[in-house]
Amino acid sequence: MVKTAQTYKKRSMASEIWRRLCRNKMAMLGLVIMVILVLTAIFADVIADYDTKVIAQDIKNRLQGPSMAHWCGTDEFGRDIFARLVHGSRVSLVVGLVSVTISLIIGGPLGAVAGYYGGRVDNVIMRIMDIFLAVPSILLAMTIVAALGTSLVNVMLAIGISGVPGYARIVRASVMSIKDQEFVEASRAIGAKSPTTIFREILPNCLAPIIVQATLSVASAILSTASLSFLGLGVQPPSPEWGAMLSGGRNYLRDALHLTLFPGLSIVITILALNLLGDGLRDALDPRLKQ
Amino acid sequence: MSDAILEVKNLKKYFNTPGGVLHAVDDVSFTLEKGRILGVVGESGCGKSTMGRAILRLHEPTSGEVNFEGRDITKISAEEMRKLRSDMQIIFQDPFASLNPRKSVSELIGEPLRLHKIYKSKAEREQHVLELMEVVGLAERLANSYPHELDGGRRQRIGIARALALNPKFIVCDEPVSALDVSIQAQILNLLKKLKRERGLTYMFITHDLSVVNYFSDEIMVMYLGRMVEYAPSEELFKNPVHPYTRALLSAIPVPRLRSKRERILLKGEITSPINPKPGCRFAPRCAYAKECCFKDSPELRDLGGGHKVACHFSQEFFKG
Repeated sequence: MVKTAQTYKKRSMASEIWRRLCRNKMAMLGLVIMVILVLTAIFADVIADYDTKVIAQDIKNRLQGPSMAHWCGTDEFGRDIFARLVHGSRVSLVVGLVSVTISLIIGGPLGAVAGYYGGRVDNVIMRIMDIFLAVPSILLAMTIVAALGTSLVNVMLAIGISGVPGYARIVRASVMSIKDQEFVEASRAIGAKSPTTIFREILPNCLAPIIVQATLSVASAILSTASLSFLGLGVQPPSPEWGAMLSGGRNYLRDALHLTLFPGLSIVITILALNLLGDGLRDALDPRLKQ
Repeated sequence: MSDAILEVKNLKKYFNTPGGVLHAVDDVSFTLEKGRILGVVGESGCGKSTMGRAILRLHEPTSGEVNFEGRDITKISAEEMRKLRSDMQIIFQDPFASLNPRKSVSELIGEPLRLHKIYKSKAEREQHVLELMEVVGLAERLANSYPHELDGGRRQRIGIARALALNPKFIVCDEPVSALDVSIQAQILNLLKKLKRERGLTYMFITHDLSVVNYFSDEIMVMYLGRMVEYAPSEELFKNPVHPYTRALLSAIPVPRLRSKRERILLKGEITSPINPKPGCRFAPRCAYAKECCFKDSPELRDLGGGHKVACHFSQEFFKG
């Protein structure tokens, strides 16, 4: 890079992070995959017609392997798996991302407050989180969906809420490791209020574990949706959904591997892309790792 | 003493620990006049830093008064204290830990300005940040750098600029040079001196380095285990140390002279625990002159004249002045 007299001019934070992210090839790969997945979800109707391909049964052609006509083969009802994956991305991507966001938005601040204030506040918050943790998350999600009624929004809410304790614990632990550092005291010395200190000084330094946890839990959110669907509380058949397709193909694992292989691959690719992007973002947000 | 900027009365800071009550700062009183530099010396763990922080209410004092410009700041609300923070600042010991690694130099220095909404527009604020950087001797091109890219001296300059940003009247310097190389130490000390002259600042200068206080301070306070053991004008203290602990400290200053054979007073034993301290003089277990009374009664601070105060039962005997 050519150094000019302008180098010291203030660059905006966002453009700085973007510039650093662009330099990370793996992160860009993750980003590209995510963009393709999102575009697929948006233009699913253009790629495959819902009524004729996704839900219409064609028993004659059931359990066929991948071919030119059916790229990923057909399932036990003769439906095109590729078309179902394309439409399933609408449900699975949204469920994965939204429920993780819900967990993060509720669990993050709770953990930050518990870690920062400590003492009684910490005890109250974390004991409530322990109660949530004591109930198996799928049972908790089931209870919430059963209480609120079966709908995609409620499923996302339920999975989101059952993920809250995990985030609260992680954020609390990172906040506790950061809060006694001198720069936090320095921020109080210049007259910052506690919320300012938490959000501007402490949390930016806790990002690494949060990003890792968030990218990993997208996968478990997609699979949780499948479990809920299986129990009749999530997405109802014949609507396609990756997790449901994965568990539905289980019975044919021996003879028709492609029934589970392709939905599984879709989930793997999504998680991989998110992990790559997450790692890249974590590095881009940390100025100490500037190349 | 009408121009006293800081008057500390019976300041105490105790911490509850599993082993008992830790007396970090015990009953310290002093008055600091405007424009003066008070050096606070003592070995590690004697409560110097805790006292500095208690005065700024970064640690809430357990009891006692801290009158800043005639106002007892231990009694004011958190909101008022926040406003008052622009008058009372602190420079931290460790320039590596005291700067948020995720903020650039200009963000770090601009943060107090942003918090106190000194400037309406961002451009004005950034202009002031650049001015501050110039004042403390940081090149303008470093504005976008991050602390980890800079050396200790430059980082400490950031800390100083941040403390100066709100135009304080009083600054606690908590060992600002102890983490730096000797050559950089001198630069930073000279910078602090210059700033004091130009801005009429008052410093409380906490250090364990006696040669630094000698160079820097008008008055010196010697602390031992949370207590003030001696307080005197700088010159007087170096010429005429009274408390046995002060004498031992001063005898430890190396003298760059061949053949100079000074008698060094070596202290025996370990520093006693500040948790649930026994009655009597805190220094008594290590003191060569300790008599029975030293283990029974805590010595009062006695004024020997000329602002020289000593907390020792035998201060009259030791005093030569």
